[in-house]
Formats: sequence, structure tokens, C-alpha cells
Amino acid sequence: MKAAVSLIVVLALVVLAYLGTGLGQAGFIFGIVLPYLALAVFLVGFVSRVLGWARSPVPFRIPTTCGQQKSLRWIKHDRLENPFTAWQVIGRMLLEVLFFRSLFRNTRMEMHQGKMTHGPSKWLWLGAIVFHYSMLVVLLRHLRLFTEPVPFFVGWIEAADGFLQIGVPVLYLTSLGLLAGLGYLLLRRLFIAQVRYISLLNDYFPLWLLLGIGSTGFLLRHFVKTDLVSIKSLTLGLISFSPQLPEGVHWLFYAHLLLVCTLFAYFPFSKLMHLGGVFLSPTRNLASNNRAVRHVNPWDYPVKVHTYEEYEDDFRDKMVAAGIPVEKQPQPAAAAEKE
Amino acid sequence: MAKATFDQMEYYDPQQIAAVSHRPPAGGWMDTPVEFRPGTWIYPGKAKHLEYLGLPNPRDWAVTDEDWKLPDNWKEIVLKGIRERLDKYRSFKVFMDVCVRCGACADKCHFFIGGGDPKNMPVLRAELLRSVYRNDFTTAGKILGRLAGGRKLTIDVIKEWFYYFFQCTECRRCSVFCPYGIDTAEITMMARELLGLLGIYVNWVIEPVANCFRTGNHLGIQPHGLKDTLEFFAEDIEEATGVKVDIPLNKKGADILFVTPSGDFLADPGTFTCMGYMLLFHELGLNYTWSTYASEGGNFGLFTSAETIKRLNAKLYAEAKRLGVKWILGGECGHMWRVVHQYMDTVNGPADFLEVPRSPITGTVFENARSTKVVHIAEFTADLIKHGKLKLDPSRNDHIRVTFHDSCNPARAMGLFEEPRYILRHVCNNFYEMPENTIREQTFCCGGGAGLGTDENMEMRLRGGMPRGMAVRHVQEKYDVNQLCAICAIDRATLVTVCDFWAPGVKVTGLHELVANAMVFEGENERKLNLRLEPVDELREEAGNA
Ligand code: SF4
Ligand code: SF4
Repeated sequence: MKAAVSLIVVLALVVLAYLGTGLGQAGFIFGIVLPYLALAVFLVGFVSRVLGWARSPVPFRIPTTCGQQKSLRWIKHDRLENPFTAWQVIGRMLLEVLFFRSLFRNTRMEMHQGKMTHGPSKWLWLGAIVFHYSMLVVLLRHLRLFTEPVPFFVGWIEAADGFLQIGVPVLYLTSLGLLAGLGYLLLRRLFIAQVRYISLLNDYFPLWLLLGIGSTGFLLRHFVKTDLVSIKSLTLGLISFSPQLPEGVHWLFYAHLLLVCTLFAYFPFSKLMHLGGVFLSPTRNLASNNRAVRHVNPWDYPVKVHTYEEYEDDFRDKMVAAGIPVEKQPQPAAAAEKE
Repeated sequence: MAKATFDQMEYYDPQQIAAVSHRPPAGGWMDTPVEFRPGTWIYPGKAKHLEYLGLPNPRDWAVTDEDWKLPDNWKEIVLKGIRERLDKYRSFKVFMDVCVRCGACADKCHFFIGGGDPKNMPVLRAELLRSVYRNDFTTAGKILGRLAGGRKLTIDVIKEWFYYFFQCTECRRCSVFCPYGIDTAEITMMARELLGLLGIYVNWVIEPVANCFRTGNHLGIQPHGLKDTLEFFAEDIEEATGVKVDIPLNKKGADILFVTPSGDFLADPGTFTCMGYMLLFHELGLNYTWSTYASEGGNFGLFTSAETIKRLNAKLYAEAKRLGVKWILGGECGHMWRVVHQYMDTVNGPADFLEVPRSPITGTVFENARSTKVVHIAEFTADLIKHGKLKLDPSRNDHIRVTFHDSCNPARAMGLFEEPRYILRHVCNNFYEMPENTIREQTFCCGGGAGLGTDENMEMRLRGGMPRGMAVRHVQEKYDVNQLCAICAIDRATLVTVCDFWAPGVKVTGLHELVANAMVFEGENERKLNLRLEPVDELREEAGNA
């Protein structure tokens, strides 16, 4: 249900682009107004979201330690899994952000004839890595549309990405990687019962949206073969704030663009913000040197405690009777009263 | 024998419990109300404890009551509480926003593994609160409501929170696997604080908190009682070893204040570990002291609220200052070390009146504790052994085939892995590890931490203890393991039941019980008895025959 609804929304967006630019003449809206709008929403939304997180303080230093602490000199300290210094934290974060370290740890619980195992399970990690890195490369490849002259590394990336030399224009590996990764993420969400159970509409929507972006892009490159020169005049115009609408751009390009705009505008309000959040997670980005370096809580406030004096007042007679040293001897009057 | 009841282990059948299904039910989770089955929840906090502590809405009530007697403006209180915590904790705010529901954490939680209830998947446990957050605190949720994954806050939601946030032991295992480090324990802590604003506590937590506030320890042992207990231990020690230990209590001018969880004063097998400390310190001639006021290392405040952590923990530094010690040594405890390592300096520090800890025996300076000034006993003892300061005869433990259980908090909030293992290898000749993905940072909880280790919660404890129990059974079958060593007082209480249920025949022990049993003391007797006063010869024979 949730999967279907979000698919329909994405398809509706494609139809909308067709109506607007295939049949109608709304290229101005789809090609110029919406991109600017989406970008503005993205930038403002993203920044205010991150600032919103940053505004909340970190009262306690609570890293999750995944390796040996630094203690005695002769015990080997696990610098990356239990960082003690800022540099070690950076190392841990790099592993997390670049290689999805925690996801790589994934295991799968299984029961066989009353025996339980927790064997390694790398599929999710693989799917996520393939998707994210493909996405990154695809984004970098798109730089060709936004720069003149095109930076040297874009050519390198394209050469490497297309080294298989299949088809004209050449087929990029990451185009496939992007779609395959997304497809895997979608299928597991649909077919693993537990994952389906926890999934919300806002989990399916970005997947369909990205699949839509990926497949329209793929179609544009390999089948529709729309005129690159006019598209580049549009994108360069956008980026230099002197937008102009070229003639003869296929409506499918506008569908692609509309989906991208939707993604940008949707991004700050969605779970896709994990892109920013992963850097701010206090269980990962803090050093576990708590006992060596004091962490200060900015909103710390005094609390009511039970002082030793109050404690001794409560128990003084019993302490004296048991021969436990006290600060204040019992009052003779009180003692007399007792007798 | 009378028929067992739901709060007894014998009531349950391991095969039946192990036949758990992990398939989620048909209906969506937002529409599945909580069902309070006996054996899976904990009695509410009694009014008198709340009153004593000055906590809101003290009253006597029952979980099965329709009406939980909440304040009229309960909803406003909770929403305001959420707002406040979003502004005070970046962790909470980020964790509410970034979960992608990948499900990597699902089969990492011992309660989901052993119970199969989908709301015990860490992700869904968090969603119970996150859905309300989305509904009332995000733009999308305010407009789209249910479509955006939002859910209205109702009394049923509160009841559900109570049920599931007291089915989380705050073990942080999920957080190890989450790609964003989302720590459901942190979310549980927030949720428990929110419930606390309405006066919803469990008695198994709040009674120890009240006790601890008044008497200095969770069990409510008064000063003379503690003295009696330690004297009683000294008698047993003398019988077992022939060594007469002294009992420094509230001693001014001691070098070291020793603090350990009070469970070890009262309940076997923790008591034997306590005797182990006394023997070790005696043999070293350590100038140390116990305190009747700071007579609790543990801190059930951690299971209550940040404020309560601070209220209970303050006495440690206060007492160290009053007695004029140089530094503090902490005993084997799990959640105590979460507090000491990650909270103590922040909430009660700076401890500038203490000295950087230095072992008076080896001269080692514990640089890693130079600010907080609290050293873990395993760090202390490992250093002693490394410097050859202990005379050890590990063959005295030869009848023991031991495995080591990493307690959640020292593992995932500290990273204390090698120190206890180093000690264990020097005091036992037969040490076997449980399977790789069940130890160290991936260790499985005992199922009874964070205030869940009470008998009325027996079914959940056994279910939650299942992954740990199965791993123990694995080494029992493979290596004839007959003891499980744990450096945590809650473990020493709850794992006894878990082992009896899942791996009968495996006994639970503390590390320093094993240390003391292997130590050669000056002026010792024949050492025919161990600290449990069991004849060692017979144990050897039994083990040999096995
Ligand atoms: S592993 Fe983390 S991101 Fe994935 S579902 Fe669990 S809490 Fe959410
Ligand atoms: S902290 Fe532990 S008990 Fe709580 S949800 Fe995570 S794995 Fe489960």
C-alpha cells in the first residue's frame, strides 16, 4: 500500500511534466522556476536543519565504544573503534562516512535446530555502498552540464566509469550501480517481512523518486538521446543566473528535472538528512576519553542531594553504637533522654 | 511442590520459549495496542518512594488499571517534556530525525531475538516515540499526520511506552550496528524521563533509588548493617583461607576509597567477589577504606533521569573529600561504569581535590583516569599482575572451565575488554571465549539490566537472556564450560537464572572471586575450601569425572 502510493506520486510527477512540457508550453516553469525554487528550499532547509541540530548542546559525552579502551600502556588500544583523541575521532568518522563501518558489522540471527548463530551479513552494506558511490559518481559526471570548461577530473571519471566500452553512447557502470543498488534497497524493503513492517510511506517515496530519476536519466542518455547542447545551455544559464529556455528539449528531460527538483525540495524534510546527521551523531563523533578530559554540560544545574551531614543525622546513634567513626558526637541530652 | 507461578523460572519451558517466531503480525504497528501479559512487565513505583524523592504525582496504582491516575494536563506535560529534551540533547534531536529504517538493528536486540515482538526491534521501539515527535514537532507531520508517519499522543501510547521502554535494558547493542550510531538506549532514557514527569516509574528502580538517597545504597543497608555484613564476610574468609582481614570503614586518611555495587554485600555469588576484594586489599596492605555513606557504586538514577544520576552519584566525591582520600577505586559493576566513565565528571566534577590515581603498589599512574580520578578494579589488578605483585596459583581454579561475559556498559560505554581477560588468563588455566559475535562490543545483555531484573518480569528476562544463554550453552557443550565470569553485580544476580534456564549446570562467578581463590596469601591455611566454603578436592573430582 505505502509502496504503491509513493510510486503513484512519482508517476504522477512524470505525467505532470509530460502535460506541462510535452503537450503544454510550461517549459519556463519546469525548466527555470522550479529548479530555482527547489534549490532554494534545499539550501535553506538543509542549513537550518543542521543548525537546528547544532543548536542543541551535547550535555554528556556518550560514544559507543566498539574496541579496547586506552588504559594501561601495555594493553593495545583500538584507536579507530574507541578513539581517545580528536584525530582518532576523525579516523573513526572517516571509516563511518566513507566505508559505512557500522553497517559492515551487520550480522544475521538464525536458528537451526535450537542453535542460534549470528553470522556476518554484508548484503545491506554492499547495496548501500553500491548505491551511494554510484550516486556520487553520477553527480560528479553531471558537472559536465554545469561547467565550462569542464574540469579535467570529470573526463577521467567518465573514462573510468565507461571502461567497458559498451554501446554508443558508452554505458556507465555507475548508471547500472545506481539502479541496481536502489532496486536492492527497494526489494528488501518489500520482501523482508520485518523491514516491510517498519517501513513508512516516507521510506518508499525517496526510493521510487531516485529510481525515477535514475531511469529517466538512463533513458535520456541511451534511448531518447536528447540534444545535449541545448540542455547544457539551459543548465549553464541556470547556474550563471541568466536563465534561458532552449528549444527542442524532449519532455522526458523535464520529467527528469522535475523529479530532481522534488528530491531537492523534499530532502531537508526527510530521512535523507542522514547525510548531515551522520556527522553529528554523539555516539560516533566524540572521543571516549571521559575519565581523562572533563566534559562540561552547558545546562548543568544544582540538584538536591542527601549530604553526609544529613546522613549522619539519620544514623548517628546506630553508627556510634556500631563503633563507626562520626563527625559529630551524639548530643548528651539526646543520649540522656534515651536512657 | 507447589505449581510454579509466572514469576518463577520453573513456570517456563526453554523449548517453548526458543520456538519464538519473528514474523510480524498482519496489522500495522500503530494500530496494535499493548497487551499486558503477566511476566512481561514490572510493578509501578510506590507512592512513598516518589514522595520521599520529591517526584511528581505520587500515588498507588496498578498497571492493569484502566485509569493510571495521570495529571489532567498529562499531554501538555509530555509534549513540553519532549520540546525541552530536544533543546537540551543533540543526541535526542538527531536520533529522532535521521533513522532510515534500514532494519540493521532489528535482530541485534536480545528482546526481539528472544521475544519476537516487533516493537522490541530497536528501530520500532524508537518509532513509538518518534511517531509522536513527527506528529507534533515536524512540519511534514503537522500537515500530513499519519501519511508522514505521525501518530497522535494518547493514553494508549503512554501505556505502550511504559511497556516497551521498560523492555529495553539500555544495553546499546543496537547502537553498535546502526550506521548513524542511533542509540536506542538514549531514546529509552528520554522516554523514561517523560514517563517520570507523569509519575510513572517502576518500583524495581525507584525503591532502590529512594533507598540509595537515604542510606547510601540501593538495598537500604544501614551503616551498622554494612559493618555486620563485612565482618561476616571476614569470618568466612578466615575459615576459607586462614587469613584475618581487617575492615577499614569510613576511615579518614586512607589513600583510596573503595566503592562497589551493594548487590555484592547481599546476594550470592556477588558476596564472594566482595570477599575477593577484601582479601586482595589485605594482602597488598592497601591503605583503603569502605564507606557506609558512599556504599553504592551502582546508580539506578541512570534508569530514571539525568537529574537522578547526579543526585545519587554526588556522594562519591563528597565522601572522598570528607575522608581526604587521594583517589577512588571502583569495583566490578556494569551500569556503575557507564555512570563513572561517561557521566560522573560532568555531573559531579571537577574532582580537583583528588590526586591523579597512582597505584601505591606498582607506581603506575592511571593517566586514563586523570580527571575523574576513578580507576576500575580490573585496571588496577591487571596492572598488579603485570608487575608480578600477586602470587598466583591458577591451578587452584583448575576445576573451573570458565567463559567471560562482557557486561554491556563496560563493553559499549568504556571498552574494557582486555583487562579482565588478562586477569582471567592469569588466575584460570581453562578459559574459553563464547562465539565471536556474542562477546566484546557485540556482547549480549543478561536480559535484566536497567531495572528489569525483577521476578514479576520473569518471562521477559528469560526471553531477553536467550541469546546470551544460547551462547553459554554453546561453550558448555563444546568445551565443558562450567562457570561464567561476569564483572557486573546485576549480571551476577540475573545471569544465575539465565544460566539455570538456558545452560543448566553453568554457575556464575565474579572476577575477583577467581582472583582470590587463585591467590597465595601470606600465612594462609591449606586452602581446602574456596570462598564459597566448598571443599575444593570434591569439586576437582567432580570436574575430573565430568
Ligand atoms: S540501524 Fe539505525 S538507521 Fe537502521 S533502522 Fe536501526 S536505528 Fe534506524
Ligand atoms: S539498547 Fe539494548 S535492549 Fe534497548 S533496544 Fe537497543 S539492543 Fe534492545
